[in-house]
Amino acid sequence: MDVLIGQLATGLSLGSILLLAALGLSLTFGQMGVINMAHGEFIMAGCYTAFVMQQVASSAGVSLLISLVVGFVVGGAMGALLEVTLIQRMYDRPLDTLLVTFGVGLILQQVARDVFGAPAVNVAAPAWLSGGVEILGAVVPKTRIFILLLAVACVVTLAAVLKVSPMGRRIRAVVANRDLAETSGISSRKTDITTFFIGSGLAAVAGVALTLIGSTSPTVGQSYLIGAFLVVVVGGLGQIKGTVIAAFALGFLNSFIEYNSTASLAKVIVFVIIVIFLQVRPQGLFTVRTRSLV
Amino acid sequence: MRLPRRSSFKRSALAAGSVVAATSLLLSGCGSKATENDSANAQSCVDTSGPTIKVGALNSLSGTMAISEVTVRHAIDLAVAQINAAGGVMGKQIQLVGEDGASEPTVFAEKAEKLISSDCVAAVFGGWTSSSRKAMLPVFEGANSLLYYPVQYEGLEASKNIFYTGATTNQQIVPALDYLKQKGIKSLYLVGSDYVFPQTANRIIKAYAAANGIEIKGEDYTPLGSTDFSTIINKVRSSNAGAVFNTLNGDSNVAFFKEYTNAGLTAQKMPVVSVSITEEEVVGIGAKYIEDQLTAWNYYQTVDNPVNKAFVKAYKDKFGADKPTSDPMEAAYVSVYLWKNTVEKAKSFDIKAIQDNAGGVTFDAPEGLVTIDGENHHITKTARIGEIHPDGLIYTIWESPGPIQPDPFLKSYPWAAGLAS
Repeated sequence: MDVLIGQLATGLSLGSILLLAALGLSLTFGQMGVINMAHGEFIMAGCYTAFVMQQVASSAGVSLLISLVVGFVVGGAMGALLEVTLIQRMYDRPLDTLLVTFGVGLILQQVARDVFGAPAVNVAAPAWLSGGVEILGAVVPKTRIFILLLAVACVVTLAAVLKVSPMGRRIRAVVANRDLAETSGISSRKTDITTFFIGSGLAAVAGVALTLIGSTSPTVGQSYLIGAFLVVVVGGLGQIKGTVIAAFALGFLNSFIEYNSTASLAKVIVFVIIVIFLQVRPQGLFTVRTRSLV
Repeated sequence: MRLPRRSSFKRSALAAGSVVAATSLLLSGCGSKATENDSANAQSCVDTSGPTIKVGALNSLSGTMAISEVTVRHAIDLAVAQINAAGGVMGKQIQLVGEDGASEPTVFAEKAEKLISSDCVAAVFGGWTSSSRKAMLPVFEGANSLLYYPVQYEGLEASKNIFYTGATTNQQIVPALDYLKQKGIKSLYLVGSDYVFPQTANRIIKAYAAANGIEIKGEDYTPLGSTDFSTIINKVRSSNAGAVFNTLNGDSNVAFFKEYTNAGLTAQKMPVVSVSITEEEVVGIGAKYIEDQLTAWNYYQTVDNPVNKAFVKAYKDKFGADKPTSDPMEAAYVSVYLWKNTVEKAKSFDIKAIQDNAGGVTFDAPEGLVTIDGENHHITKTARIGEIHPDGLIYTIWESPGPIQPDPFLKSYPWAAGLAS
């Protein structure tokens, strides 16, 4: 019983991590169609933001909360810069975008290596997040509960922003019909930059949170990139609710298969399931042929 | 009905396709075999006439292994600088030719080839992963050149063209098991990264356990670089094993120990013995997550002898006071001196002369006296079990009575019969 609860909690937690990593991508890849291979490096930027803030802030708790905000801005600024300098020039050339952003990702990794050194650095978790909570015999680390809550908060905020704010409406308008939106007086350039800012900022927020459970090293983004792309592709492009459902589905699938086999085998089985799923539904869980985007 | 934005369907189809392409692009680098084409044709062209002698250093300065291998390069640099300052090798100054293995076995093979046949180095120091060593092995054997490999590894190998200055299994893993047995540990849980070293190490551990009445409660591997350990920790927790034997490599250790601590497990409840965590990794994990846990190595920064004090001081003076010294870098430092001592004993840079004279060559290393075994080209090493303290350093809590003879094929252990096949 406690094993079942433990694995349910693990699946939920894994899902929330995937969701957090994929949420930004669901904007830049899902909504804008940009294959940003440097997305993982924006996650890494968030990790290092947390590390830098920890050097200046008074306590680990304060620095974590500040890092979430600062990380969003840092990641967002990097994303906006990438959009303005490179990506906007190749909106109709996905393969070129892929290669260029892959290159940018490698450059950012090397920059991190030169600035912070190749070995992983340590970001301490605040005291109020150490240890775990016992739920029906299973111990769930508090850090994972925090990440779950953060993922929920990010999804709710993003959904709300897209749904009700003027900025969100502009984003949706440009995604839905660029020409018509421009005719209506919306600057699609500005909107593209904003969308990219939010998407990349969310990646960095994910990075800040991931320092609680993982390592902070130049290559940290690579371990989340493929998972994030899978979630968005399975969820269906342009669908935040698809991303949410896909993230948790993959999380549960992975945790239960892994418990009954091994970590390596679980990855293989999950990949096979995804391949079969995409054969049946190439467009992912949800198609864009619905009225609402959120 | 949503109207498509420029041909958005075509675009997203292309996009999805490109992701797959990118994934295979990322993965295609791994697993390709080393090219063995013209390695056999390489001729020794070492120039021993001038006032300098060239040697090569081949370490990953980029890619995922740079984390560990940069420090090995530092240690090689330090040894070379010290030897040169003291008059060089047989009166010749060492000229170090550095190359980047880029964490790719194929690159290691290529650069080894380059160092041997184009730079004409007398010996090469480097390599870390077993796959890099196995990729370089045919190159060094084909060209009949020398590689000094400084990292503990899974054993079961001996080449006349390689000197292994890190521990083989009977100098690290077997003593760790002896220690656990002596402490009354009755069951083990094995956790490792999914590649050759942990798999082989665990085969040895299981053979030992079977012969010594230790129960193996579970055995789990995660892909290299894996960062999610909650399932494995759940399994470990419910297994109630006496101890965990950890052969995880790299960043996975950070995630493993954070999860382990947060799940309420401690060194007191269930100790973890790690064989790939040095002082360097402790910094990244954070000492509070790994406090009181055990490691098995041959050298720690805290080893108390005058040679080590001088080594630590020289290292910190050169590379920074906050840089710890650790086992693999010490083994790399030792390897340069062992090469020097062998050359001076042979009175020649010739490969054959070095191979013939290597047996019995000693060096008073920071880890204690080491001696080259002329048969299997490994070196004697003192095994040390260490405990990780809150200051991030590792302190010896047990050490073998003296240097242990290397036995890469575990021939002297009856329980290991059949492993070498």
